Amino acid sequence: MVEATNKAPATPRKEAPIEPGLQVAPSPHLSSSGLTTQRLMVDVLIALVPVMSMALFLFRWFAVLQVGICVVSCLTVEAITSLWRGTRPSLQDASAVVTGVILGLSLPWSAPWYVGVVASVVAIGFGKAVFGGLGQNIFNPAMVGRAFVMISFASSLGATAYVRSGATLEILTQATPLTAAKELSGNVPGLWALFVGNANGSLGETSVVACLVGGLYLCLRRSAVWQTPVSMLASAAVVAGIANLLMPESPLTVLQHLTSGALVFSAFFIATDPVTSPLTGRGQVIFGAGLGALVVVIRLFSNYPEGVVFAVLLMNAVVPLINRGTIPKPLGGLPAKA
Amino acid sequence: MRVAQPGPVSPRRRSFAGGIHPPSSKRLARDQPIEVVPTPKQVRIPLLQHVGALCEATVKSRDEVVAGDLVGSSDAPVSACVHASISGRVAKESAATLPNGRRVPTVPIKAGDEQLEGQALLDDTFGGEWPTLRLDLPRPDLILQGVREAGLVGMGGAAFPTHIKLALNPDRPIDTLVVNGCECEPYLTADYRLMLEAPRPVITGALLAASAVGARRIIIGIEDDKRQAAEALSKAAESTDIEIRVVRTKYPQGSERQLVPVLVGSNVPANGLPLDVGVVVVNVATAAAIARAVLRGKPMTHRIVTVTGRGVVQPKNLLAPIGISYGELIEIAGGLTPDAARVLAGGPMMGFTLGDLDTPVTKGTSGITVLTREDLQQFEETSCVRCGLCVDACPLNLVPTRIALAARKGAWTLAERYHINACMECGCCAYQCPAQIPLVQLIRMGKAHLAAA
Repeated sequence: MVEATNKAPATPRKEAPIEPGLQVAPSPHLSSSGLTTQRLMVDVLIALVPVMSMALFLFRWFAVLQVGICVVSCLTVEAITSLWRGTRPSLQDASAVVTGVILGLSLPWSAPWYVGVVASVVAIGFGKAVFGGLGQNIFNPAMVGRAFVMISFASSLGATAYVRSGATLEILTQATPLTAAKELSGNVPGLWALFVGNANGSLGETSVVACLVGGLYLCLRRSAVWQTPVSMLASAAVVAGIANLLMPESPLTVLQHLTSGALVFSAFFIATDPVTSPLTGRGQVIFGAGLGALVVVIRLFSNYPEGVVFAVLLMNAVVPLINRGTIPKPLGGLPAKA
Repeated sequence: MRVAQPGPVSPRRRSFAGGIHPPSSKRLARDQPIEVVPTPKQVRIPLLQHVGALCEATVKSRDEVVAGDLVGSSDAPVSACVHASISGRVAKESAATLPNGRRVPTVPIKAGDEQLEGQALLDDTFGGEWPTLRLDLPRPDLILQGVREAGLVGMGGAAFPTHIKLALNPDRPIDTLVVNGCECEPYLTADYRLMLEAPRPVITGALLAASAVGARRIIIGIEDDKRQAAEALSKAAESTDIEIRVVRTKYPQGSERQLVPVLVGSNVPANGLPLDVGVVVVNVATAAAIARAVLRGKPMTHRIVTVTGRGVVQPKNLLAPIGISYGELIEIAGGLTPDAARVLAGGPMMGFTLGDLDTPVTKGTSGITVLTREDLQQFEETSCVRCGLCVDACPLNLVPTRIALAARKGAWTLAERYHINACMECGCCAYQCPAQIPLVQLIRMGKAHLAAA
C-alpha cells in the first residue's frame, strides 16, 4: 500500500529548481474565475433583454432609436470625460452602456433626439464623471439625466408627450396608466394588460412580466441583491394599502400601483445599481423600503404622475447615512475597545 | 470507563454564514498514498517554527546527533523546542528566511550512514497499537509534559505551541475538545490521507488531549467531501464515545471561528479564543502527533506535506523530515512543470509565496502548492462598484471593501469603525471581488499600520 521512495527520482533539469518566472505575491492566490466588473454589467444587459424585446414589440423603431441615441451618447461622453480627466477611457467595463440603455428605456417613445443626447451628457458628465467616474458617484447617473430633462423639457416628457391620437400603433393613443389615474378621466388598463405590458408608458416600464424575468435572472446570478427589490415592492404595497384605506376614492388599487408605471422596472434595474445603494443586506432593506414608500407618496401627492426618478435621487442621497448606521457587528460580537 | 458507543457519522449538515466555494482541486493529490521521503543529505532545523520565543541551540557544530535528539529549546513561557529529524553531524549554524518573511537561525545536520527510513519509518510513525480506552491513558500532567518535551505545535498552519493550549486553567474549564479535520484550504490533502491511512493515532491523540484539558466531550469535524476519512475515523473510534460530525464543504470551514459554532453551537467572541466558550481545538495531525509524543516519547521530527498543484509533475503526499528544503520535496514530486508560476507554502487561500526554494520545511508546513500561469489568470483592477459580494462572502460579518479602501486612503478611524482588527485574512473577499481589488493585502497593510501607531 504505502511505498517508500528510496532513490531520488530522475529530474528533467540539472540546474537549481528555481525558475526565473516564479512570482511572489500576497495571498489569496485564487480569484473567482470570470467574475469581473464587466461581467456584472453584462449581466445587467442580459437581464434587460426581455424588457428591450417588449419595448421593441410595443414601440417598434421608436424604441430602437431612443435606446440607440442614449447608448451612443453615453459611450461618447464617457470617452470624452475619461480623456479629459486623464484616465484611460473605461468603455470596456460596459457601465456606460448600462446607463445608456436604462436611460433610453426610461424615456417616452416620442422624446426628440436631443432629449436623449442632453440626458446622456448630464447622466455621464454630471451624474458620474464629476464624482470621479465608476464607483464614485452618489446618485444613479441615469436618474440624474432623466430628472434633468424631465424638468428642462417639460413638454417633451410630460403626460401629453406619450399620447398621439391617430397613431398607427394603437397603444400610443391611450394615456399612460398613471396619468389616467391622476386625471381621473381615462380608464386605467386592467391588471392583466398592466402585467403583460399592453399599456402606454416609458419604453421599458410597461411590462411587469419582462422586468420580473430579467430581475429574477439578475438576483439568481447574484449580480443584483434581492433585498432591495423585495423590500421596495413590499413597502410600496404597504403604503399604497394604507393610502387606499385612508382615501377610499383613490383611483388605483394596491395591485395597480404595483403593476403600473416604472415601479417594478426601477425595483430591479435602478434601485439595484450597486454603486448608489447600500452595502449590507440590512441597509438594502431600509433603502428599498424608503424607495417604495416615496414612489407611492409622490404618485399620490405631487403633480407628477410617477415618482420613481425623485424617489431614487432622494434615497441615493441617504445611502451614506444608511451605510453608516448599518455597520454589521463582527461574528462573535464587538471586539473590546483597546 | 465510559459506555462504549459507536462513533456515529452524523448525517446532519450545518454550516456558517458567508464563505466561498473555490474549486477544491484536491483530486490532484487525494488518491496518492503517504510516501516516505528518502533521507536528504542535509536538513536545516529552524530554531523558530512556532508562535513564540526563539529557541537557543543546545548542540554545537560537529556534535553527533540521532534523529529525535533535542537541538534547540527555550525557557520562555511561549515556545516549543526543536529536535533533529535525521541522524548525523551538526554543521555550523546558518540563517534561513521562512515563508512568512522571518529570518531565523537554523541548525544544519549532515546525514550520517545510520537512518530510520522507508517503510520502517512509516511503521514507527503510524503503525503498531494505539489504545482507545481511557483507563489505559496516562495522567493529564504526564500528557502535558510529553507534549511539551516533544515540541508539539499546531500543525494546521498557525503553529501555536500545543502544550500551552492543553494546559489546564482552573478559571476556564473546558467542556469540549474539537478535533479539526476540515482541511478547507483547496488543494491540500495531507490531513485527509492521515485520517484515511492512520486513523488510530488520531483517535488516541484526541483522547489524550481531551484527558489533558479535562474535556467531557470530543467532536471530530470533517467536511463532506472527505466521507471516506470520516468512515475510517468512525471505525477507529468504535470503542470510544468520540462524535464524528460531517459538515458542509465550504471555505473557511476549518477556521476555529467557523467550526466551533457549527459543532458546539456557540460563537467565539471576536477578540477571544475558543477557550472562552469552553472549547479547545486541535488539528487531526496535531492529535496524531500528541499520541506519538505521549505514548512513544517521539518528538515532532516529521510531518505529512502535500506537494500539489498543476505546477508540479506528480502531486504527492509525503512524510517529510522537518528541515528538508521545499525544492527537494518538489523534485521528489517530479519537479516543476514549465508553466509553474507561483510556489506556495500552504494552500492558495492563505499560503505564502516562496521566493527561495531552499527554504526549510517547518512543523507548520501543511503543503506546497505550485500554481501555473493559467491558475493565476489576472484581470485588471477596476474601481469598487460597491456590489457587496465581499460583504456576502465575509465569514466574520465585516464590510471588507470599506476597510480596505479606508486603509488604502489612510483613513484609519474609518477602518477601525469598520472593525479592521477583527479580520482574519481568510481571503474570501478578495477571491470574490469582481473589481480585483487586493482587499486582503490592503487590510493587512492597514492592520500593520495601526499596530505600529
